[in-house]
Amino acid sequence: MESNIESLMHGFGIAITMQHILLMMIGVLLGILVGVLPGLGAPNGVSLLLPLTFGMQPVSAIILLSSMYWGALFGGSVTSILFNIPGEPSSVATTFDGYPMARDGRPSTALATAFGSAAFGALVGVVLITLVASWVAQFALRFGPPEYFAVYFLAFASFVGMGGTPPIKTLVALSIGFAIAAIGIDTVSGSVRLTFGVPELVKGVDFVVAVMGLFGIGELLLAVEEEMHAKAVSSKIDWREVLRTIAGLPRYGWTLLRSAAIGCWMGITPGGPTAASFMSYGIAKRFAKKGSRPFGTGVPEGIVAPEAADHSAGTSALLPMLSLGIPGSATAAVMMGGLMIWGLNPGPMLFVDQRDFVWGLIASMYVSNIVAVVLVLLTVPVFAALMRIPFFIIAPLIFIICTVGAYSVSNSYLDVVLMFGFGIIGYLFKKAAYPLAPLVLAIVIGDKAEDAFRQAMLMSKGSLGIFFSSPLVTCLILGGFAFLVVPQLMKLVRPRRARPGLEATEV
Amino acid sequence: MNSMTKLMMLSGAALALTAAQPAMAEWKPTKPIEFIATAGPGGGTDIIARTVQGIITKYKFIDQPIVVVNKGGGSGAEGYTYGKAMAGDPHKVIFGTSNAWQQPMVSKVAFNYTDLTPVAAMAQDEFLIWVKQDSPWKTAGDYLKAAKSGNLKMGGAQSKDTDEVLTRMIEKIADVKITYIPFKSGGEAAVQLAGGHIDSHVNNPSESVGQWRGGTQHPICVFSSKRLTNTDKVTATEGWSDIPTCVEQGLNIPTYQQPRTVWLPGKVTPEQAAFYVDVMKKVEGTPEWADYIKRTSQTNTFLVGDEFQKFIKDDIAHVHQIAQEQGWLVK
Repeated sequence: MESNIESLMHGFGIAITMQHILLMMIGVLLGILVGVLPGLGAPNGVSLLLPLTFGMQPVSAIILLSSMYWGALFGGSVTSILFNIPGEPSSVATTFDGYPMARDGRPSTALATAFGSAAFGALVGVVLITLVASWVAQFALRFGPPEYFAVYFLAFASFVGMGGTPPIKTLVALSIGFAIAAIGIDTVSGSVRLTFGVPELVKGVDFVVAVMGLFGIGELLLAVEEEMHAKAVSSKIDWREVLRTIAGLPRYGWTLLRSAAIGCWMGITPGGPTAASFMSYGIAKRFAKKGSRPFGTGVPEGIVAPEAADHSAGTSALLPMLSLGIPGSATAAVMMGGLMIWGLNPGPMLFVDQRDFVWGLIASMYVSNIVAVVLVLLTVPVFAALMRIPFFIIAPLIFIICTVGAYSVSNSYLDVVLMFGFGIIGYLFKKAAYPLAPLVLAIVIGDKAEDAFRQAMLMSKGSLGIFFSSPLVTCLILGGFAFLVVPQLMKLVRPRRARPGLEATEV
Repeated sequence: MNSMTKLMMLSGAALALTAAQPAMAEWKPTKPIEFIATAGPGGGTDIIARTVQGIITKYKFIDQPIVVVNKGGGSGAEGYTYGKAMAGDPHKVIFGTSNAWQQPMVSKVAFNYTDLTPVAAMAQDEFLIWVKQDSPWKTAGDYLKAAKSGNLKMGGAQSKDTDEVLTRMIEKIADVKITYIPFKSGGEAAVQLAGGHIDSHVNNPSESVGQWRGGTQHPICVFSSKRLTNTDKVTATEGWSDIPTCVEQGLNIPTYQQPRTVWLPGKVTPEQAAFYVDVMKKVEGTPEWADYIKRTSQTNTFLVGDEFQKFIKDDIAHVHQIAQEQGWLVK
């Protein structure tokens, strides 16, 4: 471990040069831009920038690209909070409380809370990479198909058991999500499923298209109907508010730590940032104090939890890429392509052969995350000011952003049509009080869960015993069941004690 | 009209003809070009598309800017279907593999390779049998002996694709049964092997070189008629040229390769196709290309025109037989 610190200091020597700090600032600003524009997103942004890096030193190139990644992770939260349109899959969970808070006239607080927790999550992720890189890499190898399935199962279970909505509605939403995730070519059998004779559907439904419709357009339809957003929110642009929010973050220390831990775990395993943010949100809701404001109405913990988890997962997802050559996220996959073009082979030997490169990158993560959080906090007033624009101007803009965003995912008109379809589904779901989160979760990791389950079944020749074949997978599966069953048991037990309990927690 | 004027007119016509000839051959792209990689970012097809993009840009073989777009959905079907829909547009270049003709055989996809205009097969990727570093099997013979138990798990990229076809060929020739487990990519299969969740895979060299150097897995034989030519050492003691061929070790599959193919959409003119053949030929002559081939341990081949068509026909005949035996063919 001592040698790791030594290497890190060596890395700082490489990362902190005028040229590299400049590259970080450029990368972060570009990243914020692609993160804010839905449909573009970090993976696309990084691949657009990739050709420009061919002539650069590998370490400069990776600093530019990873800075863009950090910028995009931050930027993705902006539209989630202000307009209920997640710019990145992993910022969907941020909409649940971020959007209500912004609508409540506190956009600066919501943004600052998100950025502050995100920066904390990212730093935890980097520290983890610095200290336990080699051990973690070995641990990740223990994940085969049954373990993957168990992790996904855990993520689903933490949602189904979550209070608030009747479990049956959650199950309906999950099932619809699974069906949507099944569209396209099936990895395990290679056959085409649920395309209804539309050749283009063979590629499946892109997640971004789904969420822009479900959240962006769905919310717009609702707003038009209720006319409740007809007036602009009078948001004060107050620098002190930003500072006060950041200073107040330590109050959520426990939530921050727990969320960062979930994020690191999911980033390494690699469940990915999206599953991490959902799971963290679900668990934060579970742990919420009785009698405090319910989640979903703009509580700070509801922003802290998904943001911290998202960023710690996003950061630690780079570790499997460097040490094992498996990308933990789509953006990491693009960067890995970059590594190969620059003439580096990702894998365990990278730490030995390319010491300057690896530790330069790790050190740059510390620096560029600080650069990113400073830059992004500076933009808070600008973004918050967007909330002052009257609804009759902002509504058509959201419509245009969603349309262009859906088209730019893969230059396809079908995606635009699908996005509007999802908009109607989103509207109907909200009218009928069905939860959107399980639907989205199933669209994102439903097909991965299915693949993992069927791969596990092929391995065990059809025996479910494979899910109890090692302590690791057994613990994960039992944890999942606990999430499913315990809340229901609590409900059975609680009615008798509900009243005194409520009085005790001074409302 | 005397013979003199006749002659003058003839030569005039001839002049006009010769003047027209290069003008026709010299079709040039008039707007930015899209390279469509029929795979996700980071995959072999993506890397070749980006490598070619880099070389063309560096040497200014084409004046127009080039962007690489990933359309890897549906195991690449997304990209090919897109190419089919873009018929007549010479500013889209599709990078793929043998998937272009193999996938329509086994899946109900909405394209076939005949919907596209073939440009070239630019390289042949090799296949090897890889096992875990600490596995007891040192040769293909050991491996096949173990496979007799019927309990070996082979991982690979996708279902009914090149990796599974090769697995079924091994089964047939060695008379064994192997459980094939499809993953999203060869990279995933390599990680699963490193973790000991599967017993082997048949990755291309570039998909597993990092893992080999890192000491988590090693190749036992290569599906090639002769040993690989790259003599650089990958580990301290071994390099690509030290790997025995599978035939040497008694597994009689003399060659099995994955072509990296380049296509244009259908209905482009022969001049437009010729332009790209010419550009790819130039790309192939650069030191950067040689470096790419060496780094990824592929075999350099440059098949165009009839040779390319013949290659496709032969491959189809071969895969069709296996697909038929396995009951994979789509009705």
